[in-house]
Amino acid sequence: MSNQYIYISILLMAVVTYLIRVIPLLVLRKPIKNKFFRSFLYYAPYVTLAVLTFPSILYSTGSFASALAGSIVALVASFFRLGLPVTAAAGCIAAFVFQLFL
Amino acid sequence: MKRNIDSFRKGLIDGIPIALGYFAVSFTLGIRGGDVGLKWYQSALMSATNYTSAGQAAALSIIEEGGSYIELIISTLIINLRYLLMSAALTIKLSPKEKTGMRMLMGIGVTDEIFGISVSQKTPISPWYNVGAMSIACPGWVLGIALGGIMGEILPGVVTSSLSIALYAMFMAIIIPPARENKVVAVLVLLSALLSFLFTKISFLSGISTGMKVIILTVSLSALAAYFFPIEEDDDSLEEDVE
Repeated sequence: MSNQYIYISILLMAVVTYLIRVIPLLVLRKPIKNKFFRSFLYYAPYVTLAVLTFPSILYSTGSFASALAGSIVALVASFFRLGLPVTAAAGCIAAFVFQLFL
Repeated sequence: MKRNIDSFRKGLIDGIPIALGYFAVSFTLGIRGGDVGLKWYQSALMSATNYTSAGQAAALSIIEEGGSYIELIISTLIINLRYLLMSAALTIKLSPKEKTGMRMLMGIGVTDEIFGISVSQKTPISPWYNVGAMSIACPGWVLGIALGGIMGEILPGVVTSSLSIALYAMFMAIIIPPARENKVVAVLVLLSALLSFLFTKISFLSGISTGMKVIILTVSLSALAAYFFPIEEDDDSLEEDVE
């Protein structure tokens, strides 16, 4: 991909994200009460993150088998609430060990 | 003046654990950026101008496929729309006399975490508190992705390919624990993962880009969940002492 494409993409993202954040600070004087909108925004991140994670996680490393091993370890670690850094490290180590020795 | 300095210092201290967390997450984004083909300084620029993990991760997938700018804009808008709610909750806690410049400055750093610590401050909240937290958390976010990008460029292939799973593992650590607490979230996460998988397998859907997939599934599934299982207003901190 061209550098121009990358820089324009970054610029567009930055503008959209900043406007979302700054417009309410500049113009709103009341809280947003709409229950449907609030509920929608509550659920949306879970859908986005799940969609981004699956099935991409299974193709994220050098081989399907090592990615599957890393995914299972990460799933267990996240289920037991080990936190973000530990979960990530556990997934990486599992994938690494799998690629190196198996 | 004294109050501003105190607020800034308090924000700075409260921002330290956030900075450490940001560093870890953005490091994995830097690795992912390298996989996609971004140089470390391009990833760093993206982080310095955005501060949104899901938004940046989706953007990287879109860039990887050479997706359109429209797709990028809509996906960024939908993924980051929740910040609108956070800023709206913050603005009513500011003094009405707060200057425009200060509002624009604190707007840069309305993230889940900084919102979380600032909304619990005494009303009227001081933007200096947010700026203090931002001035340590934001460099953490940018340094992490830069280092991740550099590591991706210099480490051997077997190491970076193993590190490439880290971002997705982080995302699991974000979504799985709430899914244990909340059945609606659990079903939503399962359904999202399943449909995302089907999108790649069913022939007439497999031509759809990642960005479009994120947009279609996020809008439709979240809307369904919001319609059938609206959340009660008292289960988050957004509504506290609005009077």
